[in-house]
Amino acid sequence: MIGGKKDLLGLEDLSAQEITGILDTARTFREVLDRPIPKVPPLRGMTAANLFFENSTRTRLSFELAEKRLSADTVNFQTSGSSVSKGETLRDTARNIEAMGIHLVVVRHQASGAPHYLARHLDAGVINAGDGTHEHPTQGLLDIYTMREQRGRIAGLKVAIIGDVMHSRVARSNIWGLTKLGAEVTIAGPPTMMPAEVERFGVRVAKSVDEAIEGSDVVNILRIQLERQRGTLYSSLREYARVYGVTRERLRRARPDVTVMHPGPMNRGVEIAQDVADGEHSVILQQVTNGVAVRMAVLYLLAGRNEAPEAPTETPTVEATKSHDEPTLSPRR
Amino acid sequence: MPTGESVEAVREKAEILDGEGLRRAITRIAHEIIEKNGGTDGLVLAGIRRRGYPLAQRIAARIREFEGVDVPVGALDITLYRDDLQTIDHQPVVGPTDIPVDIDGKVVVLVDDVLYTGRTARAALDELIDLGRPRAIRLAVIVDRGHREIPIRADFVGKNVPTSKREVVMVKLEEIDRHDGVSIGEILT
Repeated sequence: MIGGKKDLLGLEDLSAQEITGILDTARTFREVLDRPIPKVPPLRGMTAANLFFENSTRTRLSFELAEKRLSADTVNFQTSGSSVSKGETLRDTARNIEAMGIHLVVVRHQASGAPHYLARHLDAGVINAGDGTHEHPTQGLLDIYTMREQRGRIAGLKVAIIGDVMHSRVARSNIWGLTKLGAEVTIAGPPTMMPAEVERFGVRVAKSVDEAIEGSDVVNILRIQLERQRGTLYSSLREYARVYGVTRERLRRARPDVTVMHPGPMNRGVEIAQDVADGEHSVILQQVTNGVAVRMAVLYLLAGRNEAPEAPTETPTVEATKSHDEPTLSPRR
Repeated sequence: MPTGESVEAVREKAEILDGEGLRRAITRIAHEIIEKNGGTDGLVLAGIRRRGYPLAQRIAARIREFEGVDVPVGALDITLYRDDLQTIDHQPVVGPTDIPVDIDGKVVVLVDDVLYTGRTARAALDELIDLGRPRAIRLAVIVDRGHREIPIRADFVGKNVPTSKREVVMVKLEEIDRHDGVSIGEILT
């Protein structure tokens, strides 16, 4: 369980403490990935289903790898678009999952709210791997994990998010998580791609990319969704690169040790210049590695059916040495 | 902080080792480890979280006094290797495992406070074997209280204490509990 729920649908639903709890658990799994045998047994006997109703390579691979490194069995279902109406498909899917005795469901869907529908109809834990333009919570968590790893803290961190914020579920999850943890978030991009009333969440909208990058600790560059918005919200790719692309020159306005991030896949030479993508500030490949650790943490925490008990107080009057070795008398929570 | 430990109603009955007694037990275990190993060559101490880790550090400090050698000390968190994760209904908080050296070909001494059912030691063995291929693995505990459920025995024991299953053995360490000592308690239901 995370935050008293069997599902992870978005960072909007989580408290700062719950987010920090996931990040701390992820640090343990990050160490597991460096072992000679990068695999641990806690999800042995459990089955995870990866349902991808929308194309994805790295997120699906990352989840599958995370499941396997926790010793879960995995099944995959991938389709891009379906002729059946979405409600019907999802309901049938839910019935099938129920019948197959699957414990954890990872779902990506082009419709915002699809994972929520499944979560309501299933006993299995549901993880949102990206729903429409709503949220992509594990990407948000891995971005925040990487920022904390690189900068040592989140509170007070100056984070610039550049690009199509309005249609980006990555941006939305970043903004929810970062603002809850006390970061100062600034966004910039084409005016047609800035969400309305984002200031309500304590996010600053900069007039230009240069202004957003000024003095920032982290620059998180969003992908231009070529397949979705070509020719509608900006005039041309060359124009986009000239006005909104993050170049080495623009990056000089940031702190000298700035951290550059991108959720991938990159459009090199459009939203991110070649030499920035491969430059010394880029942690884009670390993000990919950390993603596996963060997803392991989420899967591990959701595999437990109840909330972890409160940590023992500083000086319990008397305590059993180890519940694993001692008979347990307290009622199971 | 691992929450594998549960706080239960326990009445303390008797102290079986005071701070001084605990210190002597650690000193003797340190001597025995050196003697059995024929020195300190290839030795690595791995403490099982939580209390096994400070105990391993103390054993290493004794070895340094006697032999003038720093033996590497690591910490093992066995949460992910527990055999009851499917039956308990919350997921315990996992702490980091941190073994600072390559354990291939080394003699790894697992250190824990209490040996009881043997299931914790089993989990620690599985984790160690995933981390490398030691030449040998040995087990050192402060208290062996009996009631094994799997065929595991300790190589170095501070004190053998016959107990009933309704009792609890509590090893207290300054690093965690603010004072040293070992006592027996009775579980109140």
